[in-house]
Amino acid sequence: MLTALTHSFIYVLDHDEALDFYVGKLGLELGMDADLGPFRWVTVHVPGRPESQIVLSTPEMGHDDETAAAIRVLVSKGAGNGVIFSVDDCRKTYEDLVAKGVEFTQEPTEHFYGIDCGLRDPFGNAMRITQPATGPIEIPSPEEFAAESR
Amino acid sequence: MVRVDAASRRMLRARDEMDRAYDKPLDVPALAKVAMTSEAHFIRTFKATFGETPHRYLQRRRLERAMALLRETERPVTEICLDVGFASLGSFSRTFSRVVGMSPSAYRLAWRTGAGTAGYVPTCVVMSWTRPSDARQNRSFGEAGGDGSP
Repeated sequence: MLTALTHSFIYVLDHDEALDFYVGKLGLELGMDADLGPFRWVTVHVPGRPESQIVLSTPEMGHDDETAAAIRVLVSKGAGNGVIFSVDDCRKTYEDLVAKGVEFTQEPTEHFYGIDCGLRDPFGNAMRITQPATGPIEIPSPEEFAAESR
Repeated sequence: MVRVDAASRRMLRARDEMDRAYDKPLDVPALAKVAMTSEAHFIRTFKATFGETPHRYLQRRRLERAMALLRETERPVTEICLDVGFASLGSFSRTFSRVVGMSPSAYRLAWRTGAGTAGYVPTCVVMSWTRPSDARQNRSFGEAGGDGSP
């Protein structure tokens, strides 16, 4: 039986710029920044939660030049995948991050599951920050879920 | 020579602006400014990046929101039209009918009678729902000449 999710991967186009954003602005903690020769292994994690690391990997890691270039374009046009973080106060976090110049795609919005907002990292990766609803959540039908997804 | 991924990232910013501010009177000069490029270059580069013109992308975004409001609210069509950023009822109805294959009120009725009473979604509604979000299968979207049949 699998017991935990320990590492997720996000493509970033530059490690230093990525650390400025993920650590300097989002406030994640640096897990590891190691020069392994052919590549640099950089991970970050939510403060106090080192058991789940995000690996900030560059398209060049393990790929030929043409493939890496294609990945860079895909990330830049928003075709990459992202992650979702939890916070206690979505609106306050939003205000703090706006002040730091973070690029938001959606202001804090109320949903059945809580309040959340959308943003992009400097490279085009989408992420969301959710303040989970308190108390019992009424799960909507797929149609209602689709309709409120804005 | 501008790096392709840098240009894509700027186009993504303009696309995010359409997703976020679809209810505002967005025009090409405003979006080109977001993308930090000239107007002519903007339309061409956006299409090269995302496979459709900015105009068509914005129309799809607005129609998708209009369809959700028609399904989930009791608001009159005239209000929904303005809510999602169309300037006139005429252009909203024409565009909606051409793309979805039926008028806004017919769509609302078809959705409710089909999805609400029988517990299933009629094929014509499934087709019309899925159509605007599927750019690849409807290349003529937004262009003149379609016969508008479902």
